[in-house]
Amino acid sequence: MSENVILDEHGLRRCLNRIAHEIIEQNPGDIPIGFIGLHTRGVPIAKRLRDLVSKFDPQRTVHEVGELDITFHRDDIQEELVLPKGTEIPFNIEDQIVVLVDDVLYTGRTVRAALNAMIDLGRTKAIRLAILVDRGHRELPIRADYVGKNIPTAHNERILVQLEEIDGKDNVLLERTEL
Amino acid sequence: MKWAKKDLLAISDLSSEELLILLDTTASFKEIISRAIKKVPSLRGKTVVNLFVEPSTRTRCSFELAAQRLSADVISIEKSVSSFTKGETLKDTALNLQALNADFIILRHKSPGAALFLAERLQASVINAGDGPHEHPTQALLDVFTAREKLGDLKGKHFIILGDILFSRVARSNIWALLKLGARVTLVGPTTLLPEVFREVGVDVCHNLDEVLPEADAINLLRIQQERQQATLFPSLGEYTKLFGLNMERFKRCKPDVLIMHPGPINRGVEISSELADCENSVILDQVTNGLAVRMAVMFLLSGGQLPKIKEDARKGTSK
Repeated sequence: MSENVILDEHGLRRCLNRIAHEIIEQNPGDIPIGFIGLHTRGVPIAKRLRDLVSKFDPQRTVHEVGELDITFHRDDIQEELVLPKGTEIPFNIEDQIVVLVDDVLYTGRTVRAALNAMIDLGRTKAIRLAILVDRGHRELPIRADYVGKNIPTAHNERILVQLEEIDGKDNVLLERTEL
Repeated sequence: MKWAKKDLLAISDLSSEELLILLDTTASFKEIISRAIKKVPSLRGKTVVNLFVEPSTRTRCSFELAAQRLSADVISIEKSVSSFTKGETLKDTALNLQALNADFIILRHKSPGAALFLAERLQASVINAGDGPHEHPTQALLDVFTAREKLGDLKGKHFIILGDILFSRVARSNIWALLKLGARVTLVGPTTLLPEVFREVGVDVCHNLDEVLPEADAINLLRIQQERQQATLFPSLGEYTKLFGLNMERFKRCKPDVLIMHPGPINRGVEISSELADCENSVILDQVTNGLAVRMAVMFLLSGGQLPKIKEDARKGTSK
């Protein structure tokens, strides 16, 4: 197995800065924004984006970050049981712009489950999708509104996102296993 | 960790780790049942059969609602309207339900071991909803979940289980669950309803309620099950109430934040006075709410993980 660093600490920070600016530019300033991270690594990324948007646009109302657990909406429960980590959303999503945040976009099935979970929680003004890395191979018609980096991958490759809050360092690695 | 069990038959079968996974998963479902839309699609396409060969209202309704909240299709069968009245055996009834592709069979039965009997023969997951005086695992799970919500970690906490221990499946399941979570358990009741043999599982046995009341963090009351007693095992209900009933006078000698628990249905004025059943320390209705989340968690966990290992002849329904 070999590893390449796709994004280092500085690259990752640049990606998040750019996403934060895009979110500010593309969403009307008079509607509050709430960031909701998907467990596990979507949550710290959502917190960073929230802090950046608040910093770059101090006039805008930005809610505390929510955490979304999609375990009960997954379609692969028979193959592998994933234990739930819990959903906690500290704001009312009704009529708000919600930015769903995850680290990697791959088949689109996680986002599909997240959208279903969100719809059960209430009616938002709009749901946007922010992704640190889009690695392709979609199995559903889903695309992200904000992408940190597009990294076309092969099936035997894997994107590994490491974050300071969880892994002690910021890095995005491309892992390749020999076929 | 993968959940490896096909069935939930008894708390005594569970490891402490499995018990904690069940309780943690319950917390997630508690959040779901507090939402405006209380439903998730985890069991969509699955069929759940409530096979209640013995009367029950709250457990049956709780399982039924839990299955519906998980988006399963649910059938409820009671003895009085089933082919049991025509002489069909438990095994044949269950095999017929399996032939209809039932994924879960939730069994309430008067005979200890009835759930195990089915679990060994069916591909469907079997959940024991009470088998005679043996076990009632989901009741114990909801009891310890409720207690943990109020008391935090149960390690070292002192529980009194009070009343009809001899005939109580709730007491047995609670004993196992509490001991696995590190709690201290004292069983209290008349000698005829509380044999000394219970000491062998690692609990204290006491026949004088007033002696142990001040030490308790929680008192789990049991219903006097007159329907299970072949002969009267105490002189009168009045005497039982006088010696073991929880009333305001006794409550004043308890810790101020003692939890009052009861699996229901309550015999008001017998094992507990009405004012205590409704007082602030009572978590009886919280137990009912938590029961729904617990049962959702149990069905969710049993539906995932490893595929059940069933003998080939059991799949064909030919095992004995």
